[in-house]
Amino acid sequence: MSEENSKNTVEPDENEQEEVLGKAYDARLMKRLIRYLKPYTKWVVLAIALTVGVALLSTVRPYLTKIAIDDYIVNKDAQGLKNIILVLLGTLILQGLLQYTMTYLTQWIGQKTIFDLRMELFRHIQKFSMKFFDKNPVGRLVTRLTNDIEVLNEMFSSGIVMVFADVFIIGGILFFMFSLSWQLTLIALSVVFPLIYATVIFRKKVRIAFRDVRFYLAKMNSFLQEHISGILVVKIFNKEKRTLNDFKKINYDHTKANKKSVFYYSVFFPVVELIGALSGALIIWYGGGEAVQGALTIGILISFIQYSEMFFRPIRDLSEKYNIMQTAMASSERIFRLLDRQPVINDPLKPAELGDCRGNIEFRNVWFAYVKEDYVLRDISFKINQGEKVAFVGATGAGKSSIMNLLCRFYDTQKGEIAIDGINIKDLKQNELRRNIGLVVQDIFLFSDSIANNISLNNNDISPEKIREAASIIGINNFIDKLPLGYGQNVKERGVTLSQGERQLITFARALAYDPKILILDEATSSVDTHSEILIQKAIDKLMDGRTSIIIAHRLSTIQKCDKIIVMHKGEIRETGTHQQLLEYGGIYSKLYQLQYKESFA
Amino acid sequence: MIHLRRLVPYLKRYRKKLGIGLIVISLSAIFTNLIPFIISKAIDQIKNHTEGTSLLNYALMTVGFALLSGVFLYLTRQMIIVVSREIENDLRNDFFGHILTQDQQYFHFHPTGDVMALATNDISAVRNFLGPGIMYTAETLINFTMAISLMLSFNAELTMIAIIPIPLISYVVYRIGKSINYKFERVQEQFSDLTTKVQENLSGIKVVKAYVREDSETEGFRKMSMDYMKKNLELAKVQSFSYPIMFLLTGFSVIIVLYMGGNKIIEGTLTIGQLTAFIIYLGLLTWPIISLGWIINLTQRAEASMKRLVEVFDSNPAIVDPDILEVDKESLAGAKDPIKGEIEFRNVNFRYHPNYPYVLKNINIRLKAGETIGVIGHTGSGKSTFVNLISRLFDVDEGEIMVDGKNVKNYRISQLRTSIGYVPQETFLFSESIENNIAYAEENFDKEKVIEAAKISQIYKDVENFPRRFDTVLGERGINLSGGQKQRTSIARAIASDPKILILDDAFSAVDTYTEEEILRGLKGIMKDRTTILISHRISTLKNSDRIIVLKDGVIAESGTHEALVQKEGIYADIYFKQLLEDELKDLE
Repeated sequence: MSEENSKNTVEPDENEQEEVLGKAYDARLMKRLIRYLKPYTKWVVLAIALTVGVALLSTVRPYLTKIAIDDYIVNKDAQGLKNIILVLLGTLILQGLLQYTMTYLTQWIGQKTIFDLRMELFRHIQKFSMKFFDKNPVGRLVTRLTNDIEVLNEMFSSGIVMVFADVFIIGGILFFMFSLSWQLTLIALSVVFPLIYATVIFRKKVRIAFRDVRFYLAKMNSFLQEHISGILVVKIFNKEKRTLNDFKKINYDHTKANKKSVFYYSVFFPVVELIGALSGALIIWYGGGEAVQGALTIGILISFIQYSEMFFRPIRDLSEKYNIMQTAMASSERIFRLLDRQPVINDPLKPAELGDCRGNIEFRNVWFAYVKEDYVLRDISFKINQGEKVAFVGATGAGKSSIMNLLCRFYDTQKGEIAIDGINIKDLKQNELRRNIGLVVQDIFLFSDSIANNISLNNNDISPEKIREAASIIGINNFIDKLPLGYGQNVKERGVTLSQGERQLITFARALAYDPKILILDEATSSVDTHSEILIQKAIDKLMDGRTSIIIAHRLSTIQKCDKIIVMHKGEIRETGTHQQLLEYGGIYSKLYQLQYKESFA
Repeated sequence: MIHLRRLVPYLKRYRKKLGIGLIVISLSAIFTNLIPFIISKAIDQIKNHTEGTSLLNYALMTVGFALLSGVFLYLTRQMIIVVSREIENDLRNDFFGHILTQDQQYFHFHPTGDVMALATNDISAVRNFLGPGIMYTAETLINFTMAISLMLSFNAELTMIAIIPIPLISYVVYRIGKSINYKFERVQEQFSDLTTKVQENLSGIKVVKAYVREDSETEGFRKMSMDYMKKNLELAKVQSFSYPIMFLLTGFSVIIVLYMGGNKIIEGTLTIGQLTAFIIYLGLLTWPIISLGWIINLTQRAEASMKRLVEVFDSNPAIVDPDILEVDKESLAGAKDPIKGEIEFRNVNFRYHPNYPYVLKNINIRLKAGETIGVIGHTGSGKSTFVNLISRLFDVDEGEIMVDGKNVKNYRISQLRTSIGYVPQETFLFSESIENNIAYAEENFDKEKVIEAAKISQIYKDVENFPRRFDTVLGERGINLSGGQKQRTSIARAIASDPKILILDDAFSAVDTYTEEEILRGLKGIMKDRTTILISHRISTLKNSDRIIVLKDGVIAESGTHEALVQKEGIYADIYFKQLLEDELKDLE
């Protein structure tokens, strides 16, 4: 599957709308999941071995109790009793140790595996081009990397191995019971079938009941969400009372659904106890009769009572695992689907070398559309020589930003080509291309990190001195030094609010610190205070100094400093020239000039 | 427990059910505890080969007691757990009801997410305490009393030995539970940090790519994932410990009982049947012992949640109906008359918070009933605040606002607000049918009115094209309207409320100029006898108003008719000129 197959708008994600639960076991998915356990093979083997040990130790104790009673207590052998008690204590302590190691080890394997998978997915997502991010909402990708992975964690750490554990325990119990008395085993365990039956019915009913609960809970939550965020409308139309009444109805639906699940639990627990008691009764009735006749010992009877109690827990657990596996399959399906998707913009097999980039740019008959056939750039050709400064102007939607997106190869052109220093950018590695370009976008993006890291973007090649130098050239050094934590100040911390202008200057310092050959600058339109405005004007000069610069200009002062102005209108280049030439020409530019660049109030 | 005491009135409401619940849970526990007693009798009889009650009878008694215990257990859950659900329901209703009375100011400082968390998580925590908390406390107490007294009747010394570890186990469970909670919270925190990191990386992917930072981003993410893994393993350490430690402790008691009991049997002071009963009782007591530690945790969590809820219940809105005693008789009498729509601002100054700058400064203006006024100005110039003060979404600090010559604070809020039709700047529709949205203001609406309002706001044709027409449901589970369609529906809603004062706050921003003109033409007919305030960025919306005011930095900078303002060559004229140019550019091919 490739990115291209996707439709133009946001892709629907069928799995997220309703809780569609499918199979609890899918061999294909399972095989692929198991592959992630491979690096930890020996630990997995150890965990399974421990599981067997735990199962053996926990099931041997009633057997030892039987020996204690039959061989020592009944025979009044105090020394023998002491010995067997010591053995019992030994198995108990050993089981505790093994159980602890096993539980922790399983968690550890689960966490490691999940960590690997999460990293693989994250790395994979980083490779996609912008087109992919246009179509996949951030929220959905976040869900893949967090919640879906978390579900798998549950499967790895408490699902798979615990299934083994339960099966081994059941096996151990059966082994000891049969070796003591196969007839009594069959009779005592005849109640297992009603138990399994009751459990299956209960799971089914409860699953449906919980689905209703979730449905009404979601409904209640969205009602709350909607009416709290729309509280203004509720108040202004004086609808508090009606809103409350509507809420009460939904709330009560939710309560009713919950009561239903309470009902199933109220029935299920007594039924399980009753079945357990039935098993005990059978042991007393049949086993007791046998014992009276001397066919069974009293110890066997008592150990059977213990075994039949032990038997029920793993059976109930197993049915719980079914649900875990089911959700895990659904999540892994979604994760693998994303992993199977390949990025469309890839590096060439034999990349050309840009070497020491000079910064000559050329667009040759470029056509481009975000959505098929809906061209936002039509037959664009221009040349920018190294060191030249070019301003792009035009109304919103004229195609200015698309030119920048293409130059950075965030998207690929449909027709025509783009060259840097005469080399087609498709022949270059993306990293090499972008390393030579400094991009400052209009919607300022700062990470919730320190100012220093926002300038260097955690690039170790950029030393603290260089960060400071960039900031002082841009003119925000003094401002940063005055902050409580200076360059270490987190930009999104409560209490520290940077103004729009200051935030923009930080992104300027970022571009400067990277010292690119080509500068792409999308000037912010939002107005800033006069002080920042002056700083920004100066900073732009410094940024452009000695670089090939492409600027989407909103400020007259910026335009006037450029060597050339390219006027775009509806995806085409309509006018090219200097400020004076274009004003005299009296076309689109002269109109835009009056509209946007002439002094205005504000 | 101070805050949990606030639940007493709720509990009282269900005292009958709770009472029955406590009785049946005792009965259930009694029968459960009788079963080992029966088994001990049976085993002794088998051992001694004595004649007596037949084994079948013992077996039947076991089943019979289990059945009775089961029925009472069923009733217990149906009483106590159901009551906890009912109280949860009541509490949530009261909570939301109280939230609805809060001022706009409250929502300014309490994001929707926070309020939601209170309504869901915190109330759930309280319910958890009420249901399982009450049920298991009662069960534990009764089980202890029953089991211990029966055990005592067999052998006092052995009972003492058997119950010595109990407080220790409860304490261990409590400590482990507490530690798990703490570590679990750390895991949750790290999880939300991780989520934030992913969110940020993806939102800023363009910057990441432009600066070739994929690798360092991956490294940052790796560190956080690693941290998350470590915190999970910290939690796993405690969690893995909890199960073994519990069965170790309970297993110890069983083994000690077996040893001491075995010796007593050898001495002849105890029977095998009694020993078996002891072992079964210890099994029965395991769960109550464990639940004791667990209940303490539940209670602590519920107390913390209740504290947060009580804070909300104790915060009262400042904007309320006038106190009848304080309003003089004259204005109270007048307040009953229908509002005509005359509005006056007298020296109004307003700011959202004492620490914030003024948003409106010295506003003086009088709108005659039936007048149409246009308001223009930049973002942040105070336009929306200006209209929000009329409907008392906020109260003025200085100066006063009069409607029909009476201070707005002297009207009942409902009377004031039902007289105002409002199209907010941010269109907000409910995920209900289009009809319900338009008729939002009316309980029993007239379909004709809905259609008429839809026609005036130019949404009628769109609606007619939907398969389910006015029954079309909006939002997540229904159809998604375009921005313009939403705005027109919002306008229809205001018109359908048949107000004396109509406020349109930037109501045409997503509507094209042609449709805007159509709507304005339609509105003209109904605006005649209504006071209308039109806020807009676009001259085209305002130019036909009786009067236009230009707000700048919270001050009325210019005021007059369109023609007068254009001639004045001030701010208004500048905006007008630019918009003409913009139109010209748009028409360019």
